[in-house]
Amino acid sequence: MTDEPVVKLRGISIEFPGVKALQDVDFRLFPGEVHALMGENGAGKSTLIKALTGVYSVDAGTIEVDGQQVTFSGPAQAQAHGVSTVYQEVNLCDNLSVAENVMLGHEPRRGGRIDWRAARREARTYLARLNLDIDPASSLSAHSLAVRQLVAISRAMVVDAKVLILDEPTSSLDAQEVEQLFGVIRGLRDSGVAILFVSHFIDQVFTISDRMTVLRNGRLVGEYMTADLTRLDLVSKMIGGSLRVLESLEEAPKRSVAERADATPYLRAIGLSRRGGVEPFDLDLYEGEVVGLAGLLGSGRTELARLLAGADHADGGDLDVAGAKVRLRSPAAAMAKNITYSSEDRKAEGLVGDLTVRENIVLAVQAERGWMRRLPEKRADEIVDRYIQVLDIRPPNPNLPVKNLSGGNQQKVLLARWLATAPRLLILDEPTRGIDVGAKAEIQRLVAELARDGMSVLFISAELEEVLRLSHRIVVMRDRRKVAEIVNDGDVTTDDVVALIASGGQGR
Amino acid sequence: MTAPKTGLLRSPLFWPLAALVLLIVANTVATSGKFLTLRIQDDHIYGPLVDILRNGSSLLLVALGMTLVIATRGIDLSVGAVVAIAGAVALTRIASSPNPGSVSTVLSAIGVALGLCLLLGVWNGFLVSVVGIQPIIATLILMTAGRGIAMLITGGFITTVTSAPFRILGSGYWLGVPVSALIATLVFAVVAVATRRTALGMLVESVGINPEASRMAGVRSRSIIWTVYIACGLFAGLAGLIIASNTMAADANNAGLFIELDAILAVVIGGTSLAGGKFSLTGTLVGVLVIQTLSATVTFVGIPPTVTPLFKAVVVIAVCLLQSPKAQARLAARRQATVPIVSEVTA
Repeated sequence: MTDEPVVKLRGISIEFPGVKALQDVDFRLFPGEVHALMGENGAGKSTLIKALTGVYSVDAGTIEVDGQQVTFSGPAQAQAHGVSTVYQEVNLCDNLSVAENVMLGHEPRRGGRIDWRAARREARTYLARLNLDIDPASSLSAHSLAVRQLVAISRAMVVDAKVLILDEPTSSLDAQEVEQLFGVIRGLRDSGVAILFVSHFIDQVFTISDRMTVLRNGRLVGEYMTADLTRLDLVSKMIGGSLRVLESLEEAPKRSVAERADATPYLRAIGLSRRGGVEPFDLDLYEGEVVGLAGLLGSGRTELARLLAGADHADGGDLDVAGAKVRLRSPAAAMAKNITYSSEDRKAEGLVGDLTVRENIVLAVQAERGWMRRLPEKRADEIVDRYIQVLDIRPPNPNLPVKNLSGGNQQKVLLARWLATAPRLLILDEPTRGIDVGAKAEIQRLVAELARDGMSVLFISAELEEVLRLSHRIVVMRDRRKVAEIVNDGDVTTDDVVALIASGGQGR
Repeated sequence: MTAPKTGLLRSPLFWPLAALVLLIVANTVATSGKFLTLRIQDDHIYGPLVDILRNGSSLLLVALGMTLVIATRGIDLSVGAVVAIAGAVALTRIASSPNPGSVSTVLSAIGVALGLCLLLGVWNGFLVSVVGIQPIIATLILMTAGRGIAMLITGGFITTVTSAPFRILGSGYWLGVPVSALIATLVFAVVAVATRRTALGMLVESVGINPEASRMAGVRSRSIIWTVYIACGLFAGLAGLIIASNTMAADANNAGLFIELDAILAVVIGGTSLAGGKFSLTGTLVGVLVIQTLSATVTFVGIPPTVTPLFKAVVVIAVCLLQSPKAQARLAARRQATVPIVSEVTA
């Protein structure tokens, strides 16, 4: 490791209308290191990356690359200085070949036409540098997500990157693929590339990084050598002084299996199914009870939930709600039965980005009333103020466009929207995905409270620990089929659930 | 409006308004003040400005409906054809009645014409919200077929009538003010109240910004979308009646020709994005006035008819460019935060 940083940011500040995204942040990056940028949602990680890559212009502060002060007016300029980025959502063209993807924008030309043979040859050398032995002429869509991620990195390397920024590169990879990626990252590091690594997975950060910079609320907390930090240190630096949140996360909310000797379920599904969605399943949901839905991505978790919420139509089986047979033809119909569904896809199926926080919160209540009967101003204020306070939505300004909030706060706005309709069955699909530790703990506590107060909650999460901590019962899904249902009596461990998923309900 | 009030320059209406003022000033200078004169004759107000209001009323009616449709991510190309149909139906009924001058004849003709236009709106809304055809295609059907329908109604002739009560719509005055301008003002007020005092406005925007999220939140987007196409058809019909009353003739080929384009332009100048979402009725009003003043300028300043379309295009481009986010960003000297972020975790 040399002594001179290749990238040096000093006193960077960026403001958006209503939000100070970064305030006086310093950051440096040395050649031949993997540097992790850490912080909760809304801490300013993405903003810092975008400042460094020229997507945002800075309001104050200086950027130096190789000791030279620069101002980038766009990612192309940043690339010309050797700063290359691989974004969270893989920005590749699935329908093009691997070579076309790798060489996109840098195709070798001969006589004004693209020399495809040379392009494939060059692509192969870039792929080989990452130990990736695939046919450059093959279609990108033929390869796994992990390979595509590596292709995206080779594309970033085409510009002779001195600095490689990897924004959540592992979020859709399995453990083995992560290892493969880490191998590549180490290789690049040893060849002198400076790598900026952003991830939510704390274990991965400790595995791969040499140094880390922690941000909180748009300010710099500090720069540390990874070897000097423990996981607890890091988390407490990320969420700030209030270790209480962390502690409450450790102490699980007390489960009390619902008393329901002679109770009727609020919702009862008998052989409910949808072709191409979920195989026929039976399910009873009682009030005052949290039912966890566990299973891998694509196991039918979401599809099952959508049937109960009227988002999709069932084409087989029966559904009883509050003792009466119903057919739910739309989410509106489900809401009329006091069932609300918070989608896993916050952006596409949840938020109405250009509307304000206030409008987003009252949207469902207003939709239930119809457009003729506008929610009185005072009632709306009450609802909005109440939930902004209860859920600690920050910044607490109901008139900001909701798209200006951080991911965790957007999720809270959506929760507020559903809670405001006073549902009796609340279906939460991945309510804690991609949000920070503090907000996660708050949402978990809220779920436990809601159930204690008599609500029925169906809780879907990819994190088994979370499902175990909250649920009274756990339903296990695999291959679009309900394979098991177990009572979470306190002895159940994540290993048990994993075993159930793996065996398809034959184990335990 | 949630835009931070950090100055007049940042208001989305600044440039359209500036263009309007500039046009009025240019006209005033070119006519050495005559443009601004108002005279009262037989208790009626006359003058170039009044003409702009009177002639702009039909465009405003069409543009109001268009604003709502565009806010839901839609577009209605059929409004010009609906204008022609409304005129054809009303005038044919009046012409075929034994007593074209009677008020009841005129009222029933108006009623039938508006009723039909409402049905045309229902048809458009059905195609878009129930069948799920893309709005531009769905309304193209009626745009093409509508003039044929109008032609069938008039039998291929330009129907002309003499009917004093019907004349009032386009050329009449009430309390000194043109009736057509009063109708447009009334409809503007009704739409403003209906969108902002009820939840229609918010739900229209919500559907326009994110249809799927709106559906998941229980918004009945089908009925919302259907409603705006019905309103658009109805307002276009009303505009058609005013246009027919102006000339006292139903011309199936030329009545309301290209009015859909002017209406879309007015909506865009007014700051409502064609991508749907947030809309501004006041913006549309300003847009209509800009377009109408522009047409008047051509006459007043004496621009030769051969360069008229070019002249219009130049003004429109200027306004749209100045409104663009990039130009705005350059013009805004310094961004200002309105809300400080809370900097400590208070859990």
